[in-house]
Amino acid sequence: MRQKLCDLDQAIAEHVTPGCSLVMGACLEPDIPFAATYEIIRQNITGLEAIAPISDASTDMLIGAGCVDRVTGAWVGNVSGGLGHNYRRAFENRDTPSVNLKDHSNFSLGMALMAGAYGMPYAPMRSILGSDIVKSNDQFIEATNPFSDGKEPIILVPPLIPDVAILVVQRADAQGNNHHWGNRGVAQEAALAAEKVILLANEIVEPEVILSDPSRVLVPGYLVTAVCHVPAAAHPSPQTGCWKRGNDFFNDYHKQSRTEEGFKQWLDEWVYGVADHAAYRAKLGASLSDLKITGSALSAPANYAAE
Amino acid sequence: MADYSIQELMIIAAAREIADGELVFVGMRLPITAYGVARLTHAPNAVGLFECGIARYAPAEGMLYTMGDPPNQQNAAWSAGLVPVMSQLQRGRVDAGFIGGAEVDRYGNVNTSYIGDFDTPKIKLPGSGGAADIAAMSKRLLVIMNHEKRRLVEKVDYITSPGYLDGGDSRARAGLGGGPSAVITDRAILRPYGDDHELHVASIHQGHSLVEIAENTGWDIKARPDMDETPPPSSQELAALHEIDKDGFWH
Repeated sequence: MRQKLCDLDQAIAEHVTPGCSLVMGACLEPDIPFAATYEIIRQNITGLEAIAPISDASTDMLIGAGCVDRVTGAWVGNVSGGLGHNYRRAFENRDTPSVNLKDHSNFSLGMALMAGAYGMPYAPMRSILGSDIVKSNDQFIEATNPFSDGKEPIILVPPLIPDVAILVVQRADAQGNNHHWGNRGVAQEAALAAEKVILLANEIVEPEVILSDPSRVLVPGYLVTAVCHVPAAAHPSPQTGCWKRGNDFFNDYHKQSRTEEGFKQWLDEWVYGVADHAAYRAKLGASLSDLKITGSALSAPANYAAE
Repeated sequence: MADYSIQELMIIAAAREIADGELVFVGMRLPITAYGVARLTHAPNAVGLFECGIARYAPAEGMLYTMGDPPNQQNAAWSAGLVPVMSQLQRGRVDAGFIGGAEVDRYGNVNTSYIGDFDTPKIKLPGSGGAADIAAMSKRLLVIMNHEKRRLVEKVDYITSPGYLDGGDSRARAGLGGGPSAVITDRAILRPYGDDHELHVASIHQGHSLVEIAENTGWDIKARPDMDETPPPSSQELAALHEIDKDGFWH
């Protein structure tokens, strides 16, 4: 059996190829694979399409670093700071935007990934009726419900099949079997739709640990391409049961990225200036250990006994 | 001067929009605090929904920067995906939803996407998130924003989240029920009025006036015939708010 456990730099170099489409930030605000964001920037992989309902500052960083030139998403910015400065610079005071944006709502992006995941030719939906999202993104088709007696308007959403989904989980075994808990956003749809799945696991465990609770599995290891052991891979975003949100880090990023020059300095300090994620964690030092969740609020055990 | 801030009045006004037993898309910051106040006062059986895939009964204990923070995960009623939670909008189960707005127009349409033309915008805002879905499918949409002339405009440049579109029956013709029920600002509460559904002043917060509101609104805003003063917070409402906002963030 092919070994799936590998280092993050190797997984990114092998599977995130220039020009590919990439889901990062599928759970919305938690579990954003910032460790992969930084590694993609370090390896200067360009021409990427970023797909996420709400990617917090990850997509803003990838745009500013010149890695992403296409975005399929519902919200790009910095949840703590509000606007994303690199995102704004890509659109404002220019003859044409440097980023091609496919506007979605959260739910329409969920429908697109669901259609991709389930092999549906398209997903019919209603909740972006009346919105100009259907005008600025020409991928949607306005139609009428063939099952309605009158002329009930609906929107048809084409399926989305990303090249790669990068997801953060609490624990995984060496073959990519995993447990994820806390809200899932569109992580499951993204994993089922994507051609490849890269997992960043806070902890690597024995296969028996995962097998003991199959209902907590996000997607089974046979659908996972690579798994990397990266503690605090989501920092500064939170991870349920493991890490709190590093809100000050988001705020500092927001302040520093206000100018292009400031953003370059931020990249020098936090991305180019650190060799890998272990060095990043070491540089964070106490500000990271302060975010570690040390309390215990265990769920009740679930019995799977057959007899 | 009364012993409450304008934000506290807005929170309590927002809490009054939630009825007992209702299913509500809560959002963050001011609305999530309003949800907590409603639960502690007149709506102990309200249920809060979060786009990331969470449903909650009691609001989270502990400070939330985002809806996905650990305190919102612990003891949630449901922790699932975006699709199962947001699908309840299309299923017609959601009574009310809160959203914020960069720009709102006279028909309650909300823009959080583009200022200027969408091909070459003057300002690029973050986008919809779940706001478009919440605005389209909640039975009642509640918008919370600061009352400034540049924000309350005649016509938004881009409809991210639909209100009454062009007024009259245009929202119904687009296939949508529901619609904006209230726009809660730091000066007043606006509500649609008449068959046209244009936003009118429904109540004015203490210390503000219709003249001042008109000066700070980008269209020729009118008062509803039943216009009143926004009732100041009761001692019970303020006590509930202080129980949630222990650090006095909103005071």
